Amino acid sequence: MKRRTLIATSALALGLSALGGAAMAQDDPLKVGFIYIGPPGDFGWTYAHDQARLAAQEHFGDAVETSYVENVPEGPDAERILTQMALSGTDMIFATSFGYGPAVNAVAERFPDVAFEHATGYQQESPNVSLYNARFYEGRAVIGHIAGRMTETDTIGYIASFPIPEVIMGINSAYLHARAVNPDVRFRVVWAYSWFDPAQEAAAAEALIDQGADILMQHTDSTAPLQVAQDRGALAFGQASDMTEFAPDVHLTAIIDNWTPYYIERIQARLDGEWEAQNVWHGIPEDEVTFAPFNDRIPDDVQAEAEEMIESIRTGEYHPFTGPINRQDGSAWLEDGEVAPDSDLLGMNFYVEGMSGEIPE
Amino acid sequence: MLRLDKRPQPSKRWNWATPFLAVLLTMIAGGFLFMALGKDPFIAIKLIFWDPLFNPQVADYSRPQLLVKAGPLILIAVGLSVGFRAGIWNIGAEGQYIIGALCGAAVALAFWPAEGWYIFPLMVLAGAFGGWAWAMIPAILKTRFNTNEILVSLLLVYVAEKILAAMSVGLMRNPDGAGFPGSRNIAQYPAAANNELIADTGMHWGVVAAFIAVIFTYIMLHRHILGFQVQLAGQAPRAAKFAGVAPARLVVLCLGFSGAMAGLAGMFEVSGPARLVSIDFNAYYGFTAIIVAFLGRLHPVGIALAGLLMALTYIGGELAQFTLGLPSAAIQVFQGMLLFFLLAVDVLSNYRIRLKTHEAA
Repeated sequence: MKRRTLIATSALALGLSALGGAAMAQDDPLKVGFIYIGPPGDFGWTYAHDQARLAAQEHFGDAVETSYVENVPEGPDAERILTQMALSGTDMIFATSFGYGPAVNAVAERFPDVAFEHATGYQQESPNVSLYNARFYEGRAVIGHIAGRMTETDTIGYIASFPIPEVIMGINSAYLHARAVNPDVRFRVVWAYSWFDPAQEAAAAEALIDQGADILMQHTDSTAPLQVAQDRGALAFGQASDMTEFAPDVHLTAIIDNWTPYYIERIQARLDGEWEAQNVWHGIPEDEVTFAPFNDRIPDDVQAEAEEMIESIRTGEYHPFTGPINRQDGSAWLEDGEVAPDSDLLGMNFYVEGMSGEIPE
Repeated sequence: MLRLDKRPQPSKRWNWATPFLAVLLTMIAGGFLFMALGKDPFIAIKLIFWDPLFNPQVADYSRPQLLVKAGPLILIAVGLSVGFRAGIWNIGAEGQYIIGALCGAAVALAFWPAEGWYIFPLMVLAGAFGGWAWAMIPAILKTRFNTNEILVSLLLVYVAEKILAAMSVGLMRNPDGAGFPGSRNIAQYPAAANNELIADTGMHWGVVAAFIAVIFTYIMLHRHILGFQVQLAGQAPRAAKFAGVAPARLVVLCLGFSGAMAGLAGMFEVSGPARLVSIDFNAYYGFTAIIVAFLGRLHPVGIALAGLLMALTYIGGELAQFTLGLPSAAIQVFQGMLLFFLLAVDVLSNYRIRLKTHEAA
């Protein structure tokens, strides 16, 4: 109670500079709240965030007290829960879905002494809103390479969620790297218009396999496509976490969202009173994007190539979007050797040359 | 042994007492549930029912939030209750809510950034029209082709959800949003914003509309010939025919009214608490309102109270989630218990319990 009144009277007036040290009583643990769009048991997006929360809790022990609310719909419910968390003395809040953006910014303005971390967002209307995202396209480049080398029908099935830059960027990255090793490769994309809908994702997987795809990729969160692939004998990649146990024979690898290093770093900063809002986009170099163990079905030479690509991205020697790359309509996007600026990637609304089909409007 | 005797008339006394009994039984059974999850049942129950109203730390905020959460539930439920009384089952309020919100938002976005007093009233009309029009599909299909309005209205929810997603990433996408899904922030557009009428009271136009709807429906049901026809059609369809009730007209009226109310709720929500059109804008208000309608015994005043009670379990449930670490599923079970006990104790108002003295033949 004492700390809360202290925050209410002094820290509010002092604003951001009072974050951390001064306002922190020594014996009270730092309260860190999380809001999740789904249940931690989804084995996808929310699971990955919750794993990182648990890891951070273990890392800090008694110094930090984490709590979470699951299945929080984007919109007024999120805003209310964020406010109640802040009112209840939470010092730092991780909001782990894009759609929480307007709510996070509205609440942050009212609680300048609470540190907000918003995943995959783009709005920073207050100095206490920090943004973080992961360069998943780096992972997609690697699985694109593996898929291009392993497909026998030259057809890759891609289960996409929504036609937004994040997803389009992933398709382009996977396609470019599949085509680099297999000029005949074709991508078939199904738009599920959902992040998590096992029935629909399974139906999409069936349809893609029926159309000749022998390898599936997904930008949706359920394990359903993998289970279909297991039944139908197609190969597939997991999403967000290691999904091997759902499709042990055909799960080649998975792009793992590893938020642990970031969460530990940021909570530490808040503990030290050094937290400041930032806007970061980490990837393979920071171990935010990692991979599930490679399945033995990936030939040794392909595994070696994949490892090599991961290593070259890690060292910064290679960027998955390096020119020359043309847009689907043939117009030039990147010159020879030119590396895509982040702003182009974050606003990507076009397919690269060679992709068939259209992005739905 | 106990024996149940049907009462000739439902007991007035029990009719009033059973909701309170149901809440009490829910607290007891819920207490055991929370105990089984290893939490202190008294603290959990207190967090759900007491803290949102009286805890000095959060109550100033959460009390007005009760109105914000209950407003759309009451508005939709009141609309539904009229049809339910007449045996006309609109299960698709969620879809009408979405379409109403989209129509209202479309007006706002079309005028952006113009100023003018007429913009908000136009949005209200558009919202009501959108919900009405979406409800007219099952109404016309029922009156013309005798299709089942339960199925048609329910399935149209999923159609509406797809339209919502397409609008969020397509036509209504914020042109200044760097390609991210979601419309402009309507709550930040003064001419179209449905903000609080008096600061920190939670009262916005949607809440006002909900209370007007309660009064209007009460008068209509109890003082107007249409209310009589509705009751008659529900209780004695054959008698209703002899009394000159045109079933087709009643279907169109009831579905239209409930659709318009749901559309209004969606419009007030999208321009206020939800702030913008986003992929997951709908948050099951349309389905929860069905529970609220029955919890309130299809009576307008009962619905208003039931909506507030439901909102309390949501808001208190969120508090319990992040302070005690209760899973959201436990809160949903708790809410389910409330409905279960309410229906179960109905037996007391419809039947008399007697002690059997000897076995009947």
